[in-house]
Amino acid sequence: MDFNKLLELIISASLINNFVFTRFLGLCIFFGVSRKMETAVGMSITFTSVMVISSALSWLIFSYIMVPLDITFLKIVIFIGIVAAFVQSADTIMKKTAPTLYYKLGIYLALITTNCIILAVPLINVREEYTFIESIVFGLGSGLGFTLALVIMASIREKLELANVPRPFRGLPIAFIVTGLIALAFTGFSGLITL
Amino acid sequence: MSNHIHKGNWELIKNGIFSENILFRMAISLCPAIAVTTSLRNGILMGIAVLFVQLMVNITVSAMRRFIHPKIRIPIYMLVIAGWVSAIDMTMAAYARVAYKEMGLYIQLIVAFASILARAEAFASKNKFVPSMMDGIGMGVGFLMSMIIISFFRELLGKGSLLGIPIVVGKPLLIMILPAGGFFVFGLLMGFFNWIDIRFFGGKGAGGAR
Repeated sequence: MDFNKLLELIISASLINNFVFTRFLGLCIFFGVSRKMETAVGMSITFTSVMVISSALSWLIFSYIMVPLDITFLKIVIFIGIVAAFVQSADTIMKKTAPTLYYKLGIYLALITTNCIILAVPLINVREEYTFIESIVFGLGSGLGFTLALVIMASIREKLELANVPRPFRGLPIAFIVTGLIALAFTGFSGLITL
Repeated sequence: MSNHIHKGNWELIKNGIFSENILFRMAISLCPAIAVTTSLRNGILMGIAVLFVQLMVNITVSAMRRFIHPKIRIPIYMLVIAGWVSAIDMTMAAYARVAYKEMGLYIQLIVAFASILARAEAFASKNKFVPSMMDGIGMGVGFLMSMIIISFFRELLGKGSLLGIPIVVGKPLLIMILPAGGFFVFGLLMGFFNWIDIRFFGGKGAGGAR
């Protein structure tokens, strides 16, 4: 296993091809929970852990069940099923075994199924034919990238609350323009590593 | 009587296009609105794909609403959505190969659209066949029109062309087709529609405007 390749994968998934700023995925969640720092951090922790586990699960199911049975054309149906089932069971298990953690992070778990990144990562893993370790690392990298995006955005939006924005632009429209500026900054990362 | 129902259906379509427009009013399903709107052709194709899925999901869920057990309804809706998305995914892969290469991932991700699940849950599961169909058409057309508006501006300003035909002579604004430009165009358009709503219709605007 080539360690350099894995490091490149993390940097590429989190900075160069950041899911929010250059691939435009997970925007609904991104704008939904970035209003406050506290919710942003809670969402990031939940999201990164779900991301890593679900990319591992979907890789195993894809390679050991779907490829031998030749049903890879069902990948959309099966991956969304895996994610939904995993999130639902994590919800139930957490409620029983770690109630305090559940009250902190439970609401974010329910939101995750409507996040497109969670489905995009298994699909990209399959398309790029990553190995098991690479899939997990790719999931981790994209989780970190999403965390970075959420934390940056939440800290800006907390300041934005105090700013005097023209009325039609208050709330989401100004958030979009701010995101555009951050995305412009993130284009500076392109060319950092050539994969 | 039939006249009354007809008017109701028309109201449903109008509701989807204007007052509950998926992108500009509800601000959900935003990912493709920025990802695939760099050219008008891609924007239209994506809009049509979503229109198709929204319509078929609403019809299917409405037709099966008596047989779906309420406790397991969400997973069943997901399966219905995933099935129709697979259908449009394979159709596009076969007939629109060039466009599919650029936006295949986003077509597959229609599954995770909050708007489609939300309409199936909030409308189609409670209403009869025809109103659900009209609601699906309204929501889908509203999405398609928003996609056309966004991609119209981005292609015209960013490439100086429309549908690949050069229109503007001179140097185009490259930033409009860069990732950042998508956010700018969407933010400005949303602000513009809010302004119209507040100024002429006495509305409150969308997206947390107070």
